[in-house]
Amino acid sequence: MIEIADVSKAYGRTPVLRHCSAAVARGEVVVVCGPSGSGKSTLIKCVNGLVPFDSGSIRVNGVSVGDKGTDLPAVRARIGMVFQNFELYPHMTALQNVSLAQIHVLKRRRAEADARSEQLLRRVGLADKLASRPDQLSGGQQQRVSIARALAMDPQAMLFDEPTSALDPEMVNEVLEVMQALALDGMTMMVVTHEMGFAQRVADRVLFMDDGAILEDTPKAAFFAEPATERARQFLAKVLSH
Amino acid sequence: MRQSSRAWLATPAASYVTVMRSLPLVLVLFWFYFLVPLALGHPVGALASALVAFVLFEAAFYCEIIRAGIASVRVGQTQAALATGMRQAQVFRLIVGPQALRAMVPLLMNQIIIVFQDTSLVYVVALRDFMTAASVVADRDGRPTEMYTVIAVVYLAICFSASKAVEIYQKGHAR
Ligand SMILES: Nc1ncnc2c1ncn2[C@@H]1O[C@H](COP(=O)(O)OP(=O)(O)OP(=O)(O)O)[C@@H](O)[C@H]1O
Ligand SMILES: [Mg+2]
Repeated sequence: MIEIADVSKAYGRTPVLRHCSAAVARGEVVVVCGPSGSGKSTLIKCVNGLVPFDSGSIRVNGVSVGDKGTDLPAVRARIGMVFQNFELYPHMTALQNVSLAQIHVLKRRRAEADARSEQLLRRVGLADKLASRPDQLSGGQQQRVSIARALAMDPQAMLFDEPTSALDPEMVNEVLEVMQALALDGMTMMVVTHEMGFAQRVADRVLFMDDGAILEDTPKAAFFAEPATERARQFLAKVLSH
Repeated sequence: MRQSSRAWLATPAASYVTVMRSLPLVLVLFWFYFLVPLALGHPVGALASALVAFVLFEAAFYCEIIRAGIASVRVGQTQAALATGMRQAQVFRLIVGPQALRAMVPLLMNQIIIVFQDTSLVYVVALRDFMTAASVVADRDGRPTEMYTVIAVVYLAICFSASKAVEIYQKGHAR
């Protein structure tokens, strides 16, 4: 589904990704973790072409993302993305947020789009918030709207970039529960997160990144039992002690 | 244009905005009154030169307001919209544009008030604006105090109500 092969990238002279390779198969959930600044966001944004990379290749469903001729909007329309800061459109209601791309990208009729949005917002527990604007919603609610916005495109895969790290602790679970339900439904997911509990429950594999390189790509059980690298061991000790 | 990633567009646009914004309007008015006829080889009317000067001068300010408005929209908004498969033009029309406009409206309205006040400067090129007309009347009737007071009240009334309108608008959109 997602194949990352030998991808490197630098900002100016600072390398941020070094020869990264990884794959996410259909229906798989892969958690990406690593210290701040290790390149997790950059890597996940390369997957849908929001950030260009310098060398290597990324294929999504067989389509090469980095090629000049690739119709990136068409690729992105089939990959959902959820951001750390939600990034809901502040000038629209929750329902409009979820309907917008259905109408303008998928060319659904408004009534059809709104019906689908309503169904999705109900699924994430926000049936009573259709007409609310983002600034009237809590962080956890906003993030659930943004998950619904991504799901509205009927994505083949979902990318999450630290979806819970901007949330107050009591709201983390409501978002993780929605993500867990998605995973159980068979969604292909690549999730940058420090929520190791979520990784233990839901992930198939864990990627550990440090300083722009993928140091580990390990099945979940092995990663939590005994990480192969010293860096990962230290990182785990730190996040698990919280 | 200053936002453009193409340097040949961005650099001249940025210099134009910077130069115009740092010059006093009186100077620009003079320039156009004296230099444009020289450049063209025949005289242009005071009104025409003042109009051109005003338009070019104010355009620089509006450019800056528009640029700042667009820059005030977080990059994350663009990324989120692109991630749903929208094209650049759609992102601008549906997401960045409306948010930028909202941020710009109070500034644009303020600038309009300033333009209105600045029109009194055209006397330097011998054009009669409201203010000049009043001083002519004042001289003729020999009652300058009354006349200038009336003028002050009129300017005050117009500018004050316009500022109030801006304020009310801002309150209405406070987040
Ligand atoms: N637009 C940019 N210009 C220059 N450097 C950047 C840019 N974006 C990111 N970087 C640098 O690239 C490196 C990797 O950043 P990235 O955001 O991918 O890290 P991260 O692993 O997601 O970190 P965090 O956990 O803090 O989100 C960092 O050192 C960062 O400073
Ligand atoms: Mg990040």
